[in-house]
Amino acid sequence: MLKITHIAKTFNPGTITEKKALTDVSLTLNEGDFVTVIGGNGAGKSTMLNAVAGVFPVDRGTIEIGGIDVTRLPEYKRARYLGRVFQDPMTGTAATMNIEENMALAYRRGQPRGLRWGVGARERELYREQLKTLGLGLEDRMASKVGLLSGGQRQALTLLMATLKTPQLLLLDEHTAALDPKTAAKVLEITEKIVSSRGLTAMMVTHNMKDAINVGNRLIMMNEGQIVVDVSGEDKKKLTRHDLMGLFEKAAGKELDGDRLLLS
Amino acid sequence: MELIKLLNSLPGAVAQGLIWGLMAIGVYITFRILDMADLTVDGSIATGGAVAAMLITSGVNPWLALVISFFVGMLAGFVTGVFHSFMGIPAILAGILTQLGLYSVNLRIMAGKANVAVNANKYYLLVSLRNVRELSLQNPILVLTLITAVVILTLYWFFGTELGSSLRATGANAQMARAQGINTDTKKLLGLMLSNGLVSFSGALLTQYQGFSDVNMGRGAIVIGLAAVIIGEVFFGKVFRNFGLKLLAVSLGAIVYYLVIQVVLWLGLNANDLKLLTALVVGIFLAVPYWRSHFLSRKKTDKEAGSHA
Repeated sequence: MLKITHIAKTFNPGTITEKKALTDVSLTLNEGDFVTVIGGNGAGKSTMLNAVAGVFPVDRGTIEIGGIDVTRLPEYKRARYLGRVFQDPMTGTAATMNIEENMALAYRRGQPRGLRWGVGARERELYREQLKTLGLGLEDRMASKVGLLSGGQRQALTLLMATLKTPQLLLLDEHTAALDPKTAAKVLEITEKIVSSRGLTAMMVTHNMKDAINVGNRLIMMNEGQIVVDVSGEDKKKLTRHDLMGLFEKAAGKELDGDRLLLS
Repeated sequence: MELIKLLNSLPGAVAQGLIWGLMAIGVYITFRILDMADLTVDGSIATGGAVAAMLITSGVNPWLALVISFFVGMLAGFVTGVFHSFMGIPAILAGILTQLGLYSVNLRIMAGKANVAVNANKYYLLVSLRNVRELSLQNPILVLTLITAVVILTLYWFFGTELGSSLRATGANAQMARAQGINTDTKKLLGLMLSNGLVSFSGALLTQYQGFSDVNMGRGAIVIGLAAVIIGEVFFGKVFRNFGLKLLAVSLGAIVYYLVIQVVLWLGLNANDLKLLTALVVGIFLAVPYWRSHFLSRKKTDKEAGSHA
């Protein structure tokens, strides 16, 4: 579903702030894979996700989604294949537009936008049903501005919007990191429900080791712009925190920097 | 200071307010919907005036002249949009560049003259200053009210469509818009074109209303446009929540602006000092949201600090 081949990215090359964010990353995801991505600060997790999303061009390598080479496509054109949820709950929705308008924008992802009315009358029923599945009562607030929702509600809505049009690949960039623990757990629960019920292919960056181990069928760990650990299937099911730290030390030749990684 | 003098000047203020209200709706599109300050308008309003003056004096129907002015204004917006979206120039600077260039273009349009008269005795005009106190169908207030209504309804429809929604999304959250597959560069370009088309359109009306086009008629136009947007929000923002009503508030804001101007002139202010007054008033109104958030957030932090102690 996703095939990344030897991509590299250096930010601000040749300057004092030069940062080799990705040195050489190759990764192939199969259909239905739910991969968690973990790693320390600056390991390149978000950069890899943003490279797939087309936020910036990569220096070399290729990216294929569903067999189509998207390496040179701008961000807005890749959007037709991707669903995205960001770390900052403010990023994924338009605060000054209401819930149904936001959903209508997402519903037309990958389609030309013409002079038909922005929110079709028949769509409303679909949106209402979809919102009901979140169990947050948003189905009764469809005319409310999204800016009035809490961070958790906005994140859940973004998740729904990202999957309203079935994406070939769902990109979750630490989408629970800015939420309080209870809300984070709820959003993660919704995430798992949506991904498993729809059989989506997904990649979730997290710095919560517990989540990385418990969620999904595959785990990759990054360090200094490279993938250093890749565990899947039965191995992933049996994986413990202790194993993971051991694997990291063996691969990276140093102790895992737990500064920002939540070890609990 | 006779009251009758003031009363006599009020219909003119309303007509001028309606014309500048259309211009201010153009400013609203960039400033509020796309969240960018576009200074092209100082040039494009004069472009509209110049185009209309030349067309009407060469015998073109004034309605057609209005339509052509709209499209020429769109071209001006297109240039700014290209500077901004495809050449990476910050929006403010892109607008200033176009505006400066338009000064020469406008002189070219007017065949090198800084001022072109459009005499209401010689040509058929849609709106004219001289009919502003008449109780007839020729009264410009009537015509301008109708035009404003059509413009507001058209924009209400447009911004409700899929395309219009994608413009609003671009202004509200460009990152989100791109993630939903919206090309934010072309949407900004389109918004700038629409805005400057409308501004140029209002310039064409202004030229007919005042009976001449002047190369300097756009000086400070952006500030008047912002004044109208802000006055509209201050007076009507609490009641007018619907998008169409928000546009109406802009138009009403422009009328209030010109009524206030008439009052301060009547009170004896030197007309030469008007621009200074306008700049100060708009400056203060633009500062209000900043002051409010600054003051409120400090009060909030104080409170939080207190509760932790």
